Amino acid sequence: MVGKDCVAIACDLRLGLQALTVSNNFPKIFSYGDVYLGLTGLATDVSTVADLFRYKVNMYRLREERQISPQTMANLVSSSLYERRFGPYFVSPVIAGINHTTGKPFICGFDSIGCIDFAKDFIVSGTASDQLFGTCEGLWEPDLGPEDLFETVSQALLNAVDRDALSGWGAHVYIIEKDKVTKRLLKGRQD
Amino acid sequence: MEVLLGLTGKDFTLVASSKAAMRGVTILKATDDKTRELNKYNLMAFSGEAGDTVQFAEYVQANVQLYSMRNNSELGPAAVASFVRGELAKALRSRSPYTVNLLLGGFDPITQKPTLYWCDYLASLAQLPYAAHGYAQYYCLSTLDKHHHPDIDLEKGLKILRMCSDELKRRLPIDFKGLAVKIITKDGIREEDWVDDKQVLPA
Repeated sequence: MVGKDCVAIACDLRLGLQALTVSNNFPKIFSYGDVYLGLTGLATDVSTVADLFRYKVNMYRLREERQISPQTMANLVSSSLYERRFGPYFVSPVIAGINHTTGKPFICGFDSIGCIDFAKDFIVSGTASDQLFGTCEGLWEPDLGPEDLFETVSQALLNAVDRDALSGWGAHVYIIEKDKVTKRLLKGRQD
Repeated sequence: MEVLLGLTGKDFTLVASSKAAMRGVTILKATDDKTRELNKYNLMAFSGEAGDTVQFAEYVQANVQLYSMRNNSELGPAAVASFVRGELAKALRSRSPYTVNLLLGGFDPITQKPTLYWCDYLASLAQLPYAAHGYAQYYCLSTLDKHHHPDIDLEKGLKILRMCSDELKRRLPIDFKGLAVKIITKDGIREEDWVDDKQVLPA
């Protein structure tokens, strides 16, 4: 979710097999320097893709001697997923970050084969995406400050996952500003 | 009807596996050991397709031991789990995937903390306080949810395991020939003398 000179990215913590909850501490947001990547979908591919990008981004950083920008990361994710066009990773990634050259917030989402969805307001993904569209559409407004953005993104997420049987069990919320990132752990409903 | 159960406590990890080797509805052996010691502090319990399980477990065992010979250092539980997941994930998208579900019980000699990793045949990995595979998930996780606490002692751990074992005997339609129980502590891995002669009657 985009705010004024800030962005937020949040995920729930559930890992399950259909209706059976296996773990309630399975974060789906991974950091790559200044860029944050959220991954929903098949758990094994969430781990595999997160590890793959850790490798790719580390290699980029060594080669270029600078951090990867959110826009470059978006194209890297897109092309990496499209490489597996006919045997895809079953994930729907979301990227959030601030571009340190322009100072502008950036978010985008993808389908499992790498089609980029640019947005200037919010991106949703996962089993509760229908619910998230509703809560985000209802709560989001332009130019929210970091504190208001945190409240908005948290309420949007918590209220959406409470309407989805396959999501929830706590949440991680990242508020990304130019010079700092705040990570908060939300307890949420444990039932 | 294979059973794998694991739980961690204050200073130990318990790993239990059913002793029946089955093929269809036939029991071929009643003293099967579905675990392999990877190194001093890491034990892997496995279930799944007959040939794959032992093949994969011993492949991992050999590679973990090879690593420690080459590098003069033992792999910790997190490293072992990550390696195992990597191998399973690699196999998953190959022409011959391993159909193996795993529990990795360990004790980290550096942090002095017990660990338990749950990994299914799709290579979904999760570190958990207690875990199960197969039907045991449906019968035991609720018992574990209710009674488990992160700093229970071994006695309490075994007591909870007994509740799980009784529930399985009560509910599973096929005899799984009892559990083989192993304990991982700071002193390494040992087998528990698990007395399993009490008959549990259906509710």
